Amino acid sequence: MCGIVGLYLKNPALESQIGALFEPMLIAMTDRGPDSAGFAIYGDEVENGTKLTLRHEDMNYDWAALAESVKTGLDTSVDFFQNATVAVFKLGCDAATATAFIEETAPEVLILSAGHSIEILKEVGLPEHIAETFNLKGMKGSHIIGHTRMATESAVTMAGSHPFSTGEDLCLVHNGSLSNHNRLRLELKRQGIHFETENDSEVGAGYLMHRLQQGDTLTEALENALKELDGFFTFTIGTRNGFAVVRDPIACKPAVLAETDDYVAMASEYQALTTLPGIENAKVWEPEAAKIYVWERS
Amino acid sequence: MKTLDLANTSLREINQALHDQAGECTEREWKITGAKGDHNIACGLDASLSVDIEGHAGYYCAGMNKKAHVVVHGNAGQGVAENMMSGTVRVKGQASQSAGATAHGGLLVIEGDAGARCGISMKGVEIVVGGNVGHMSCFMGQAGALVVCGDAGDALGDSLYETKIFVKGSVASLGADCIEKEMRDEHIEYLTDLLNRAGMDEDPKSFKRYGSARNLYNFKVDNASAY
Repeated sequence: MCGIVGLYLKNPALESQIGALFEPMLIAMTDRGPDSAGFAIYGDEVENGTKLTLRHEDMNYDWAALAESVKTGLDTSVDFFQNATVAVFKLGCDAATATAFIEETAPEVLILSAGHSIEILKEVGLPEHIAETFNLKGMKGSHIIGHTRMATESAVTMAGSHPFSTGEDLCLVHNGSLSNHNRLRLELKRQGIHFETENDSEVGAGYLMHRLQQGDTLTEALENALKELDGFFTFTIGTRNGFAVVRDPIACKPAVLAETDDYVAMASEYQALTTLPGIENAKVWEPEAAKIYVWERS
Repeated sequence: MKTLDLANTSLREINQALHDQAGECTEREWKITGAKGDHNIACGLDASLSVDIEGHAGYYCAGMNKKAHVVVHGNAGQGVAENMMSGTVRVKGQASQSAGATAHGGLLVIEGDAGARCGISMKGVEIVVGGNVGHMSCFMGQAGALVVCGDAGDALGDSLYETKIFVKGSVASLGADCIEKEMRDEHIEYLTDLLNRAGMDEDPKSFKRYGSARNLYNFKVDNASAY
């Protein structure tokens, strides 16, 4: 059992409040996932260049030294800020160059996300503590997806914490379990997709990245996922411009969607939506099995 | 009427107050306000009570109901009226999956749509859905009736025993051993009565009837020798 939540804003006026709107949604899913929690927030775009979210467990890690090393080593602009155990780096170079350099010169640092818009923040612990640690309620952005994990088949570690990102600005949260992830991981590795863990959900994210690299639209990638992924899943997916929800054809894992003129919200259970403004009059429904729901900015 | 608010009374206290009516009934009419997707609201009732729930209910609302009449003035989560024995449960909005699962008796009315597996393994309950039902509805249904005023999803009535199914709209596909059957006068009469009791303004003649073809293993007398 896990909890997943997502919030996609249709009304840009709410972007300054997205963290405050989202925090109670994440905390409401503590019953479904008290072991670890995390979220991916989209916003504060870096148009030309790359944004990375980096993590080191030591709060006193010398991020300034790493920034200096990247700046000199890659001869590029570097701007960064620290938020608890993570640091967000904004670089003038492309993502592949930046991640390769950091993996090579600072292997003690974990790269949580790379892209133009995405920032992933996750930790082991109660959702409430994680929200507080990263000051979720003060965050701004256009869309955000989150996960609360109840570990069932692997340990309570950072490696098993969601969201998972395997490509630029793409991330995925998953409630369920995939059955064919080992075979699929091998195939995807051969296609050049890089995996950090043995987790089944990461394979779901890797599969979508692979399809998008092959030229699929998000909808096409999800249609292919429905054919190729075997197992139980409710997925919520974030991309630079969009937000998608899909359930496997059996639809064992719960999901509820709500839509108003201002937002689209997704949650494992309705309880997580009750604090949203105007929820009393929102269109609330259960997404159908094997049907793809996508909202994207043009 | 006694009103209890989930905003300031715990669900345990509310359910206990309702359960206490099973001994000596001191209050027939109850209203529960402030429901925000809480699970297990009004479960295990065993008295002729009228219970109105304001807001959306979470999982297993009115589960195991006996004698009581429960109305959810909103949507209901998974397993509404699961294993109901008698009484009535009405959902004014939509219901999630496994509505009326394994229920033995009583009447479950869902005015909106019901999700997947509506009436799974039902054992005598009557279920009337104003909208559509999802896939695998009535799976292994043993007795009772499911009425769908909208459309039915895939694999309707898979591995059915004696449950009667009536659908007004389309059926995406029938499950194993489920077939369309003739609507005879006795079925029209039964459906007319059931629609009336559910308060649905529908023409019984516009429905089709589905049931078990009785061709699966358990229906073969030759297999009796296995025991």
